[in-house]
Amino acid sequence: MSETSTTLYEQLGGEVAVNAAIDIFYRKVLSDSRISYFFDNVDMEKQAAKQKAFLTMAFGGPNNYSGADMRQAHAHLVQKLGLTDVHFDAVLEHLSTTLQELNAPQNLINQVTTIAESTRNDVLGK
Amino acid sequence: MSLKKITLDHHEVVCQQGETVLDALLRENIDIPYSCKQGACQSCMLRCLQGTPPVAAQNGLKDVLRQQNHFLACLCYPQQEMVISLSPHADFFTEATVIDKQRLNAETLLLTLHTKEALDYFAGQFVNLKRADGLMRSYSIANNRVHANTLTFHIRRLGGGRFSEWAHQELKIGDTLAVSNPQGLCYYLPNNKEQNMLLVGTGSGLAPLAGIVSEALHHGHHGTIHLFHGSREMDGLYWVEEMQQLARQYPNFHYTPCVSRGDAAVGVALGRANEVAMSILPNLKGWRIYLCGHPDMVNQTKRQVYLQGANLQDIYADAFHVASATLD
Repeated sequence: MSETSTTLYEQLGGEVAVNAAIDIFYRKVLSDSRISYFFDNVDMEKQAAKQKAFLTMAFGGPNNYSGADMRQAHAHLVQKLGLTDVHFDAVLEHLSTTLQELNAPQNLINQVTTIAESTRNDVLGK
Repeated sequence: MSLKKITLDHHEVVCQQGETVLDALLRENIDIPYSCKQGACQSCMLRCLQGTPPVAAQNGLKDVLRQQNHFLACLCYPQQEMVISLSPHADFFTEATVIDKQRLNAETLLLTLHTKEALDYFAGQFVNLKRADGLMRSYSIANNRVHANTLTFHIRRLGGGRFSEWAHQELKIGDTLAVSNPQGLCYYLPNNKEQNMLLVGTGSGLAPLAGIVSEALHHGHHGTIHLFHGSREMDGLYWVEEMQQLARQYPNFHYTPCVSRGDAAVGVALGRANEVAMSILPNLKGWRIYLCGHPDMVNQTKRQVYLQGANLQDIYADAFHVASATLD
């Protein structure tokens, strides 16, 4: 099948790929002392489910994300814990290395990064 | 054939063909939480009280949630009529009589109750115990599932704890209590007997874990089972000999009592139970994990076992939040 007729989500491998990625990605995030403290008081299972919804969206999959939701969900982190670009960049870095570890082609990784990048202003409340 | 009636509390909604339960509820303006509408975020999880949810609607849910008929409304195309609920079952109570009281250590009481009706519980679940005046506390069942009418509990005396103080001092053999239906998702299912299991508990967190170990061994679980029980000091440990005896009897069961302060007796590890466990078992990939006791221990260890390789779906936890102030 040519690239034009399959979506980014399909090219990456759909839900199977998201499940493989979440396992690597969430461990990277929680092991990174630059950002892990943002997750200190969250329910791990609920958080993993949210991460999965986020990755599905970044992978070009079906989603109902709205900018307003992202803004609202992260507002307390911006206000109380000082969530900034540095932290957002760290997450993007983990997203990209996760995909590299799963041997995704670079052009697809770039597309995922672009989608994730599009949430930056909402996440950081800019 | 395609229309299915869905009942949620006092609402009755008819689900059309090709319509999910979530869409049907939203169409009728019933306010339920949801977000991604594609089975990822799990925020629209409901429980089916009558009828069976389709298997596809349980995709990605933990085994204990599936077993208790939880499902995701956004993935559910009903195949039959369903009665569903947003919240867990309301408490139903049965009467129970105290048949034994024993001391496990200076602060912990082993309470044995005989219930009028047999309860369908799983080792590791908890019930609410209610006194005649309505005072109620949650306690984990400490025995396995074989004893359907007999329930044992480890009641730790808490400074200023109204219920525990009363249970220790005043409750007598022959007295009656109300016992709720069993609750909680931290329990053993014999669905993977090969799987290695790690159990870490502090204080009376030993109660559900001892029940789970006993249940697993009863089912012939043959993966390795490691139990770590922690207390601050030696006098907070209990059932040491019983657990050691079990370890001699079953070669796949290993038991490590731990104390975080003072002197450790022979055979007792020095250190916090979770830290001792993490250093002895650095690779937990594929393991099933049970964590019970102090909320800080449970939350920290949850993250740590995940980082050491365990899947989130294989982590079962019960943090003991207490009503009174003192608990270490």
